[in-house]
Amino acid sequence: MFGYTFQWKQALSKLPQMLDGALVTMEIALLSMAIGIALAVLLTLFRLSGNRVLNGFAVTWVEVARNTPALFQIYMAHFGVASFGIHFSPFTSLLIGITFNNAGYLAENFRGALKAIPETQTRAGRSLGMTPLEAFGYIVMPQMLRIAFLPMTNQMVWAILMTSLGVTVGLNIDLYGVTQDLNALTFRTFELFAIAGVIFYLITKIIQLGARLVAARLFRY
Amino acid sequence: MIEIENVYKSFGALQVLKGINLTVPNGEVLTVIGGSGSGKSTLLTCINGLEKIDSGRILVDGTDVHAKSTDLNKLRQKLGIVFQQFNAFPHLTVLENVTLAPRKVLGQSKEQAREMAVKQLSHVGLGDKLDVYPSRLSGGQQQRMAIARALAMSPDYMLFDEVTSALDPQLVGEVLDTLRLLASEGMTMICVTHEMKFAREVSDRVAFFDKGVMAEIAPPAQLFDAPQTESLKTFLAATH
Repeated sequence: MFGYTFQWKQALSKLPQMLDGALVTMEIALLSMAIGIALAVLLTLFRLSGNRVLNGFAVTWVEVARNTPALFQIYMAHFGVASFGIHFSPFTSLLIGITFNNAGYLAENFRGALKAIPETQTRAGRSLGMTPLEAFGYIVMPQMLRIAFLPMTNQMVWAILMTSLGVTVGLNIDLYGVTQDLNALTFRTFELFAIAGVIFYLITKIIQLGARLVAARLFRY
Repeated sequence: MIEIENVYKSFGALQVLKGINLTVPNGEVLTVIGGSGSGKSTLLTCINGLEKIDSGRILVDGTDVHAKSTDLNKLRQKLGIVFQQFNAFPHLTVLENVTLAPRKVLGQSKEQAREMAVKQLSHVGLGDKLDVYPSRLSGGQQQRMAIARALAMSPDYMLFDEVTSALDPQLVGEVLDTLRLLASEGMTMICVTHEMKFAREVSDRVAFFDKGVMAEIAPPAQLFDAPQTESLKTFLAATH
């Protein structure tokens, strides 16, 4: 068809390299989620602090993260800061970019989740002698993370997919970057990217299934 | 001893406490009655510092609750409070609900906290519900758990803020029984309540609040049988 001959065998012989790339992709996504969740909790605390500077900082972060392209965020983390003489490796830049994006979206998810937790929960904790931070950490945050659990898995899927933007800052060890390099060498464009697509699909499906299993354990109450 | 001296408190333009003076000696069971909006619940939250006051003083064992130098977190350890809403922590089991503060605030070991929790939960009749989540409990059970949770901090005073108001009528009795038990053991208690029969039965004194003023305070027999003010007479007529 269209004069193109499929050569799946040749493309499939590159599968081990692509799976290595998939591991890097998962590594970046997991790291960006772990750091992103921690930062999102911090941003949430900033918003709750009642301090105008901290609140403004958190609001600005969330606004930029949610209203600019992820590609822009990754570009700024690589080429943007390079203008000021700060040079990150493509891996680090991509990680920073995705983490920034994750933290912004997650902070907004957390804000929504907090609305579902009555103020009286904090009051009950405070009346047992807890500091505001203790009441947040032991009572509010665990409930918040449970309520925001499904949006968090969405963000995890998003993080996996966003790693494909790493090629734009020169990353060539992740799934998309590896595929791009292999394509340049072999010109099996359709086959290679189709395989990459299937791997992306499988990774995100496994995440969603895993999340459902974890949720079944977490949401016992 | 809890000493309340000339306390004023407003929410915006609304004055809810207008010069309250009241002393609660150790071992006393004081119930506070009055219409909604009379300031009785606000007084409780002012006593444990959840609400600030505009003027006056509240002393708990001589410590000024609202002084800047007072460590409120420390002070609240001696002031147990139970609210109208049960405020169970839904992500924790009954046992974890009760052990959380003793472990994290008082620094008790897991075993120590568990021992105390089991004792208090048995006390309120929930000894067989340790590993259940609050969502599986009835309102009355949740409220009794909240009482055990407060008691596990070994408070010197217990404040009860309309603890039966959110309960189905058939569950009120079990919670009041728990309060009766506590009273009979000599706990110093301030109970804001709408349960007149209960107030008459367990109180050493009953205070009647009306529009932010403590209109009357007397032993129950006197207060209920020989009300002095028109407002109390009207209130009692309406609730009987």
